Amino acid sequence: MKALICIGHVPDTTSKIKFTDNDTKFDTADIKYIIGPYEELALTRLLDLRDAGTDMHITTVTVGTQETEPTIRKALAMGADDAVRVNAEASDNLFIAKQIAEVFKNGDYDIIITGKESIDYNGGQLEGMIAEFLNLPSVSGASKFDIEGDKILLEQEIEGGTLKLEASFPFVVSAGKGFCPEPEPRIPNMRGIMTARKKPLQVVEPVDQDAVTEIIKYHLPEPKPACKMIDPDNVEELVRLLHEEAKVI
Amino acid sequence: MAILIYTQNYDGKFKKSVFELVTYGAAVAKELGTEVTAVTTGKLDTETLKELGKYGAEKIITITNEELNDFSAQAYAYAIEQVAKKINADLIIFGNNPYGRAIAPRLSVKLNAGLAAGVTALPSSVSPFTVKKRVFSGKAFADVVIKSETKIITLNQNSYKVEENPVDISTEEFTAEIPEGAYAVKPIETVKSSGKMSVTDAEILVSGGRGLKGPENWGMIEEMAEILGAGTSCSRPVSDLDWRPHEEHVGQTGKVVAPNLYIAIGISGAIQHLAGVNGSKVMVVINTDPEAPFFEAADYGIIGDAFEVVPKLNEAFKKFKAEN
Repeated sequence: MKALICIGHVPDTTSKIKFTDNDTKFDTADIKYIIGPYEELALTRLLDLRDAGTDMHITTVTVGTQETEPTIRKALAMGADDAVRVNAEASDNLFIAKQIAEVFKNGDYDIIITGKESIDYNGGQLEGMIAEFLNLPSVSGASKFDIEGDKILLEQEIEGGTLKLEASFPFVVSAGKGFCPEPEPRIPNMRGIMTARKKPLQVVEPVDQDAVTEIIKYHLPEPKPACKMIDPDNVEELVRLLHEEAKVI
Repeated sequence: MAILIYTQNYDGKFKKSVFELVTYGAAVAKELGTEVTAVTTGKLDTETLKELGKYGAEKIITITNEELNDFSAQAYAYAIEQVAKKINADLIIFGNNPYGRAIAPRLSVKLNAGLAAGVTALPSSVSPFTVKKRVFSGKAFADVVIKSETKIITLNQNSYKVEENPVDISTEEFTAEIPEGAYAVKPIETVKSSGKMSVTDAEILVSGGRGLKGPENWGMIEEMAEILGAGTSCSRPVSDLDWRPHEEHVGQTGKVVAPNLYIAIGISGAIQHLAGVNGSKVMVVINTDPEAPFFEAADYGIIGDAFEVVPKLNEAFKKFKAEN
């Protein structure tokens, strides 16, 4: 089986977010980049399935400039076989989805896996868009993922319960929490890092797709007034404040 | 300009989150001088449909195809596309929930429509169409311009106040043409959760962390939730340790919530946890550690031992509820 997994290059979850150019650009100074947490979860799951005996070739795909290559190399060091980078600035989701759909068409892949959402622009739209470009079935935010022969067994959290699903290849899925049941972080060892340097990383140019959205300005949340501290021996005061001041009870 | 709102029903009933979407859509319609059409699926009785009119939906289209009884994002996208074209919708609104997140991106491709996901407020401008959305896990917001002719947004739950705005409704049934291949994902079964309030629906959440030391100590958390009519949630370590079910985990990798009141007990407030709850209107933190980062994000704090503070607080809440 050939899997195509989308690897996002996103700011570390603990990053302090700042903007420049009159709040129109994300300030990348001092930012450490990581593989998107959901994508790392998905990659870990694929590697676990492969270790458990599923025959699988894992290709990563990233839409981004050359700056994203250290993140791609990390995915290769974790155990992916090869990588494709679409040489373009990742901005509009429809544009990104179109590029990934194109990479899928140009290879003989059986499945595309994305993360449930990117933690930077929090789109959560890619898997549906890619699937629609390719006219393939999809499931978003799968909380369980298994492969049994030519069947894919999935679970999805829906409002009020869990839905168990079955699908077949070719297929598109985005990984949510639970996708990898016991995620052991795969920290690349020296050998992994060395081999990753030699694994193929193909760079392709983007295909045309108009960007239909544009971020024109960023805002940081309004600073919160300082936390009001309440004496633990006077909890009635908290109840009063929640009722009279905050008006939430 | 015409506005189409996807109003999901659960076994023939609408939830408050749908009324929020309709209220929001009606407010945008007023700005644009147009009307609101709601679209739903299945067979609903007129009384239920009238509820949508109470919040400002003038026209309600029900897609009657029985195939839609099972959810398939592909099939739903076909059906809603046909309705959108029929009414010449320029703006299509979904809730930012599992269904909206599955259907909206597909519709975006079908209609070459720009999609802004996770919108938190009314458009700041209708021309160019500009909306505010959460980015960087709530650490910032962005103004997004949608440049395409047709526009799609998904609205974050609890970001707009539900208000009645009664109008007369007209209803219409619609049969969509859905190609066979649109059901390639087969549902096997649905496992219903405990029947408790889901964390994303709750207006008040009482949340416990590792500071509670073990699952046997959740009685006082559940008691508080019961007194306040709240839901219960938990931090990631608690769900990883299986002290509480995974569906209660809120945070960056769990569910993202935005209740009116979030009470965090024994949760230190790691940045990943805050990313899932920082949309809450009011946050209360009870923690023994005065250095816990949660105090910086909270509105009200008590430094103290949960095992002493929570029972006292429960008594105070009970007394308050009895009097109000």
